[in-house]
Order: sequence, then C-alpha cells, then structure tokens
Amino acid sequence: MSAELRGEAFEPTTELQAFEARLDAGKYGACVSFVGSMRDFNAGDDVSAMSLEHYPKMTLQFLETICEEAKSRWDILDCLIIHRYGDLQPSDPIVLTAAWSAHRHEAFEACRYLIEELKTRAPFWKKETTESGERWVHDAPSTPDS
Amino acid sequence: MSLEVRFFASLREQVGVSEITLDAASIKTVEDVWQLATNGQAIPDNTLCAINMDYVRLDASVKDGDEVAFFPPVSGGSV
Repeated sequence: MSAELRGEAFEPTTELQAFEARLDAGKYGACVSFVGSMRDFNAGDDVSAMSLEHYPKMTLQFLETICEEAKSRWDILDCLIIHRYGDLQPSDPIVLTAAWSAHRHEAFEACRYLIEELKTRAPFWKKETTESGERWVHDAPSTPDS
Repeated sequence: MSLEVRFFASLREQVGVSEITLDAASIKTVEDVWQLATNGQAIPDNTLCAINMDYVRLDASVKDGDEVAFFPPVSGGSV
C-alpha cells in the first residue's frame, strides 16, 4: 500500500510497473488503474495552466486512510495513489489510483473507491489560469463528518 | 490556550494570512477561533474546517495545542 504526494511530473505507466514489480507475481490476476490529467478547458473557458495547493499533513494522512479503507473493504492484494501538487500544464497527469486483486471485481471496486473518495474529500484546491486571469475551482462541495 | 490556525486557498487570500498563533482563554469552539483570527469577518458559505487534520464542524470544541484549519470546498483529483 502506498500513498504519495509529488511536487514534480510523474509518468503513470512507469509508476504502475515499478509498484507492480514489488508485488508477488502470480498472486494477482487483475490490476485496475485510473489516471486523471489536466484539461485545457473548464466551464467554457480555455485553461492554460493550473496550480494545485494542498494541506500537506492532512492530505497525505487522508490518502493513507482511504488506501487502508480500500484494503479492509475489498479483498485486494495492494493499492496505490500518487497525486500531484504545485504547478501543472495541460495534459500533465494529476492523479493515479490503482488496485491489484485476484479477480477483477475487487480491483474495479477498490480503484473506483479510491478516486471517488479522493475527489470529494481530499484537501486539494485548484487555481486555474484562463485568458481573463486566475480563478479558484471549487467544483465539488464536500460535507464534513461530525 | 494556544492554538495554531491555518488558512488555505481562497480563504488564505481573503483573510490575508496563511498561518497564525492564537493565545486566548476565551476560545471554546472552532467558530470562536475563526472570529478571533479574522477580526470578526463573516465565514463564507461552504467553509470546511479541521482540527488536527480531521474534518469537524464549526461548533466543535478546541483544546490547548490544537491545529485548526479553514479551507474552501475541495477540488482534488480529476474525473
């Protein structure tokens, strides 16, 4: 299980291969991964750049927590999250989530859980650069726990 | 009571500070922290808050040494 924050660009396929090389070959029959990358458009505007801010301690803790939750909810061998912060350009990978399991169902479910939980609750904030200037993207209001 | 207070993203820009330390005996809740740290500014709708990296509500109690954070709705990942 691994959750990482990266300040520099990463290449998802390379990361998947490197992580998978540490797993027991033959023990998994499925790997499901999701890659989110930066669009050059949003809300009807062209977007030329983006800055991704986070709350370092809380963000990493949150990513580790959802990895642990995925492992406890589904029978997966392992899972991985890598998430960018800092300055990004269109087409740059932002996030990679992946899960490995004996059969495909668990890997699909776990991978989807990781990205959906991350998307709605992980403390990241995007600031886009458009032709009319910079703006914050608060695209998914979140409901805190009590 | 001493507390570390942090603001992120658009709230940091609105309040004009990213991090401050508060020392006051009168603070009981997260909302008290906001009021004191921002000199009584109105709290924007949908503001999220955390104590020691866990999401809480504005009426949550704080204790000495806590780190209290305020931030806007999150926009992580990419779907």
